[in-house]
Amino acid sequence: MRRVLLLAAGLFLVLALTLWAFGLPVAESLRHLWEGSLAGKFAIHRTLVKASPLILAGLGMVVAWRAGMFNIGGEGQLLVGVAAGASLYHAVPDLQGPALTVLVLAACILSGAAWAGIAAFLHTKRGVNVVISTILLNFVAIQLISYLVRGPLQPPGSSIPQTAPLPESAMFLRLDPQSSLHTGVLLLPVLAFLVHLWLKLTPSGFRLRLVGQNPLAARSARVPVARTQVVALLVSGGLCGLAGGVEYVGVSGYLFDGFSPGWGFFAIPVALLGGLEAWGVLLSGLYFGALLAGSRNLEAFGGAPSALVFAVQGVAVLAFVAFQQLANRRRERADT
Amino acid sequence: MNEVLGVIGTMLSLGTPLVIASAGETVSERAGVLNIGLEGVMLFAAYAAFWVSWKTGNPYLALGAATLVGAIALLATAPLVIHLGADQVVVGTGLNLLALGITGTLFVQAFGKTGRLVQVETVPTFAGDLGINVVMLVAVVLVVVAWWALFRTDWGRAVRAAGERPEAARAAGWSVFRLRLQAMAIAGLLGGLAGGYLSVAQTNSFAENMTAGRGFVVIAAVTFGRWHPFGAAGAALLIALSYGLQYLIKAYALPLPYQLFDALPYLLALAVLVGAGRAKSGPAALAIPYKEDR
Repeated sequence: MRRVLLLAAGLFLVLALTLWAFGLPVAESLRHLWEGSLAGKFAIHRTLVKASPLILAGLGMVVAWRAGMFNIGGEGQLLVGVAAGASLYHAVPDLQGPALTVLVLAACILSGAAWAGIAAFLHTKRGVNVVISTILLNFVAIQLISYLVRGPLQPPGSSIPQTAPLPESAMFLRLDPQSSLHTGVLLLPVLAFLVHLWLKLTPSGFRLRLVGQNPLAARSARVPVARTQVVALLVSGGLCGLAGGVEYVGVSGYLFDGFSPGWGFFAIPVALLGGLEAWGVLLSGLYFGALLAGSRNLEAFGGAPSALVFAVQGVAVLAFVAFQQLANRRRERADT
Repeated sequence: MNEVLGVIGTMLSLGTPLVIASAGETVSERAGVLNIGLEGVMLFAAYAAFWVSWKTGNPYLALGAATLVGAIALLATAPLVIHLGADQVVVGTGLNLLALGITGTLFVQAFGKTGRLVQVETVPTFAGDLGINVVMLVAVVLVVVAWWALFRTDWGRAVRAAGERPEAARAAGWSVFRLRLQAMAIAGLLGGLAGGYLSVAQTNSFAENMTAGRGFVVIAAVTFGRWHPFGAAGAALLIALSYGLQYLIKAYALPLPYQLFDALPYLLALAVLVGAGRAKSGPAALAIPYKEDR
């Protein structure tokens, strides 16, 4: 608990310092951020909706990184997931209602996993570094989306580069017609709980963490290292695909060029600052969700560019790593 | 004939920053430091060059500033990576986010949300259609110097030991920390020059996230080039050839989706990694922190 409070205080400090460093009025900017993210029902709904893809993709990062697979390709896996969901609807346009919802989400999960599977395959068969391959696959995915929304998935006669919108009956229910809050948000605690259970309480979760911590020990304990790593990457990609799917079925209903403002990238700081723990991702995802929701408000009324969020995250990650390493070092010194 | 020159010219023009950055990254990885943050270094430098050229109208001064900014950006993470032994992928990711955020914010603050098209003074070209500029010649020199320093000097032997068996370098009286710091400085300087080239030679302006993954492409080139300066330069040029092919598509208006060719450099980078395979998996101590007794 003390660690969480310390981290929260640290993140607040980082935010205030970043605002100050860019010459923005700190108190007023913080007020804009607050009003856009946490002040009142609608602001909180916005935060929850923004946090959804962050938390789901963040959980995906936890699974992969815990197994020592540095998946940086969440963005690509998320986009390819949505592309598959949109393709499915394109292929069977007569489908309606919850059946379509379930099929679309399944397509998102499976193809997100498949996209991560390419990196997993290249890693186990050809020894290709996962960091590099997943990053490169992001850029391929971005071009793929650009092609699809201008080509095969563009509705005939349309000149706007986006796919046909899903029927209302297939979208997640809106809990309040005036807000964007959708029932997909309920998936967040459920999946966080499942990931937590898997990693902490099952033998396969234990093996996964062992592989990440010490592959040599894992090997001598007869843990199938390569297979565990592949499974971790596939699940990670599936969660990223689902992150895209929840946004698709919950908010936009169609796929377009700038569909993701970088959720797959944001998922990395979310997972890191969540201490690579499922419950931690829930908290840090909400924080960054609030930051994203608030930065919209700040951009509109405070004139601060939304790119600022990246800077806040960068500083947060570097400061977090620095403190972690310093703490480790002090512990080591105390031991000797 | 013009098309051939166009393809080669495009390859050289867009390949130059990749070649320069890969020479620096090769030295750094040989010393055992993997700079995932190279993308961020290049982005910082691209903005610095753009800004200096806009203020002074002198593209050479701009490139100098970019080189310096690149080194500062990368060395700022050196205490974390080298002395505290933090995970190099995590630190690099942090640096990339920071660069994206800071350059994006500064650019929008100074030039408005849509990035009001500001054109800056660029490095002049010669040799007509081929469009050679002085940075390309510098790139050739840098690659040769990197090779010479790594393979023909005592320092180079020590650097390679630091990345292969750091204990051995230490036993021979070298400080692994200092060697890695020097190698990171070189990667930062060259990454900075490469980033500056993007905004004052390859183009004449800045755009948010204008590096668009080139830092990662460079890391792929270093891997495919088997951690050798000549190999890395060759791999970088091979990847740059795909930019040349984009030129052909435009010249002939071929009925192919342009996105395929925009994706080509990344696909090619992936392909070269697959080609590199397991044959040699790189310096043994790459990305592994070292604890030095003082």
